[in-house]
Amino acid sequence: MSAPGSPSVRTYVLVFVALLILAAATTAIAYVDLGPFNTVVALAIASIKASLVGLFFMHLLYTRGLTRIVVLAGFFWLALMVSFTLADVFTRHWVGLPSP
Amino acid sequence: MSDAAANPGLTHAGARGAAVHHQFEDLEQQHDASSFGMWIFLATEMLFFGGLFTAYIIYRGLYYPGFAAGSHGLDAPFGAAMTFILLISSFTMAMSVHAAREGKRGMLVALLLLTIVLGAAFLGIKFTEYGQKWREHMVPGLNFHPAAEDLRGAPATSVELFLCFYFFMTGLHALHMIIGIGLLSVMAILAWRGKIKPENYDRIEVSGLYWHFVDIIWIFLFPLLYLIGGRYK
Amino acid sequence: MSTAVAEVPVESRVHYLNASYGIKSWLLTTDHKRIALLYLASITVMFFIGGAAAVMMRLHLIEPAGALLEPETYNKLFTMHGVVMVFFFLIPSIPATLGNFLVPMMIGARDLAFPRLNLLSWYVYMTGAAFTLYALISGGVDTGWTFYTPLSTHYVTTHVIATALGVFITGFSSILTGLNFIVTIHKMRAPGMTWKRMPLFLWAMYATSVIFVLGTPVIAVSMILIGAERLLHVGIFDPALGGDPVLFQHLFWFYSHPAVYIMILPGMGVVSELVTCFSKKKPFGYLFIAYSSLAIALISFFVWGHHMFVSSQSVYAGFIFSALSFAVAIPSAIKVFNWTATLYQGSISYDAPMLYALGFIGLFTMGGLTGLFLATLATDVHLHDTYFVIAHFHYIMVGGAVMAYMGGLHFWWPKITGRLYHDAWARVAAFIIFIGFNLTFFPQYMLGYLGMPRRYAVYPAEFQVLNVMSSAGASILGVGYLIPFIYLLWSIRYGPIAGPNPWGAKGLEWETPSPPPTDNFEEPPIVAEEPYGYAEQERAHV
Repeated sequence: MSAPGSPSVRTYVLVFVALLILAAATTAIAYVDLGPFNTVVALAIASIKASLVGLFFMHLLYTRGLTRIVVLAGFFWLALMVSFTLADVFTRHWVGLPSP
Repeated sequence: MSDAAANPGLTHAGARGAAVHHQFEDLEQQHDASSFGMWIFLATEMLFFGGLFTAYIIYRGLYYPGFAAGSHGLDAPFGAAMTFILLISSFTMAMSVHAAREGKRGMLVALLLLTIVLGAAFLGIKFTEYGQKWREHMVPGLNFHPAAEDLRGAPATSVELFLCFYFFMTGLHALHMIIGIGLLSVMAILAWRGKIKPENYDRIEVSGLYWHFVDIIWIFLFPLLYLIGGRYK
Repeated sequence: MSTAVAEVPVESRVHYLNASYGIKSWLLTTDHKRIALLYLASITVMFFIGGAAAVMMRLHLIEPAGALLEPETYNKLFTMHGVVMVFFFLIPSIPATLGNFLVPMMIGARDLAFPRLNLLSWYVYMTGAAFTLYALISGGVDTGWTFYTPLSTHYVTTHVIATALGVFITGFSSILTGLNFIVTIHKMRAPGMTWKRMPLFLWAMYATSVIFVLGTPVIAVSMILIGAERLLHVGIFDPALGGDPVLFQHLFWFYSHPAVYIMILPGMGVVSELVTCFSKKKPFGYLFIAYSSLAIALISFFVWGHHMFVSSQSVYAGFIFSALSFAVAIPSAIKVFNWTATLYQGSISYDAPMLYALGFIGLFTMGGLTGLFLATLATDVHLHDTYFVIAHFHYIMVGGAVMAYMGGLHFWWPKITGRLYHDAWARVAAFIIFIGFNLTFFPQYMLGYLGMPRRYAVYPAEFQVLNVMSSAGASILGVGYLIPFIYLLWSIRYGPIAGPNPWGAKGLEWETPSPPPTDNFEEPPIVAEEPYGYAEQERAHV
């Protein structure tokens, strides 16, 4: 693979420790009342964990752009599906149609 | 020439090395193609789970009280434990790819087995949870007669809808875990037999990509299913 | 670049068909060319099964009160016709047969990136087909190929789960094929084969593969969800739980609209090859045609709500979907203009493949234009669920995709089999198909506009003349499809032996013997020229 190298064992260990800390944080923060921000924080931490797994364990930081385009395409298409469907469901009541 | 015609895999093989399959020019192209192929497959998986995530987002927006109530009925410590287990298994998986690349057979087998055991532990907890839900009579369609306190003041229909998502999403995830464990078992056997060498370590790499992806799905499922509305009440 | 090819009689030369014998060598092959033939056999069977359902329907519809069938049976027939034709014929047709055969050859490779995955995709297809045929044999399913909830999940007693499972499984066959093509095209092009030197067929296959990979998983999950809802008697589309049946339609059409582009894009790729070869001219606006394939693949994902204008979808979402549906017509129109410009001042020969290509251009254009009536919110309210829609999509699917498939099959037949088919019969069949097709489906535009609903086993008496015309056309069309079946099979044994390039076409696949050797090329090719290098002097000036 023409990837410029692979993470070192030290990198793997550091990322692993970071993931454990973040998982503990997610759980602990859930027991704190942040109102609507509980969801925001939980998803933000989840996104960071997913990025760490993706960039380091799955070597995305070390691969060529084409693979990253595939990942972005996946996200983009998912965002497309979600946003257009939401655009329907949450604007129905604007015309007096029943929402579920 | 008739030899090569009868065994097309042998054509040009000598020049390229036995580890290279006949359609590729060299090992680098082969490794490149196999990772790229797995990433494309993972993109399909994003859309596959994505259909459920789309529906989840819509219904959570419409029926938040029911979703929050259903979420509180799930065992957060179990959920956290499963998250930790999978993160550790991701670490052992990443290290096993490293071991394969370095040609360290013993370490590779040990790490693969450890990953499998962690995956099995995850599934053990998951099925325990399912059993718990069955005993609480909170399985949609099949056994849904919740006690009043299990509804936590939310409408039964919304709680049942949430539980549909709980079972479908974690069920689909568990199915992917089972397939992953099967895949890693095959890899462990091959590694044990010495069939994994630095030239074909991309098999382990590709298995690792799949395993990490399934972990990432769980990283999102945990807060979305177990931590709706926080646990401070 | 061209390898010297001696005109050796087929029998004494080793090629992919005679390199090994026996059923195991076919069922366990990893040669993309043999797998293409396995698919060819399977989809042809499915085509005739779907066609048989259509014949029964058209026979039934010659009488306003129905001539032949109980309404429940009629419902099952139109459902099975749709399911079989869409999922088991049209979607795999060109990609799994011509695509599998030609993609490695056109880029100068020995095989696809993942030959064993390719074989697996055929077995997955066959498994899905088995489930669906099981459903057919044990009584059928009557929800329409669209499986709308809550009809499919709560009200019908027919074999929804088996059919949904069949569709789900076959979807993976598509995903594997698409994945294989994308990796192959990115990673295995011959030295010198840049993206802009690829034949347009490859651009079309690439765009199709992107849709395969990103769209199919969503219908897979929709099928699981309706299966689960049927089993559990509750689910996420169930209004009793607060679920939204229209959500199913969103998930279903998110794939199924791009799916129609899966069905037409490969045909467009074939037509680009046919029009250039039989005008002896390079394509007008190569880059426009290439990029328009990608544009179609992209925009196709933005428009699915145009199937849902009257479903209680928000009219604001409807505005967006309608506007974007107009946009998706643009790249298709660009192709039609470019093909026409390619024909202009070309040296045109009217061999059977070209007849099909010309038929495609005309009929696809008509189908595409009628799509605009349906894309317009206001007119769609009148036309939705009428025969106008049926005529629209059959013009594109049959007048377009199937004609392109037939054209491609005829064009590459000598390469695939090493034999030439009977030319006169081929042209006659093409004409019969063209006439039969138009007689079948043009009256349906009128029926739809006049208000005849689709999926109805009975209709008002004043529509009978048009229905009889349509049924008469269908019988002619059926005959038209049987004729190639006969002469193509006949040619395998008795046809004259074909040389490497009977059409004088440009492309790597024509620079290797017919049939090709197992590894496609004697020597790995190196590409040093632009594609479609038809020389000026090859064209007789009019």
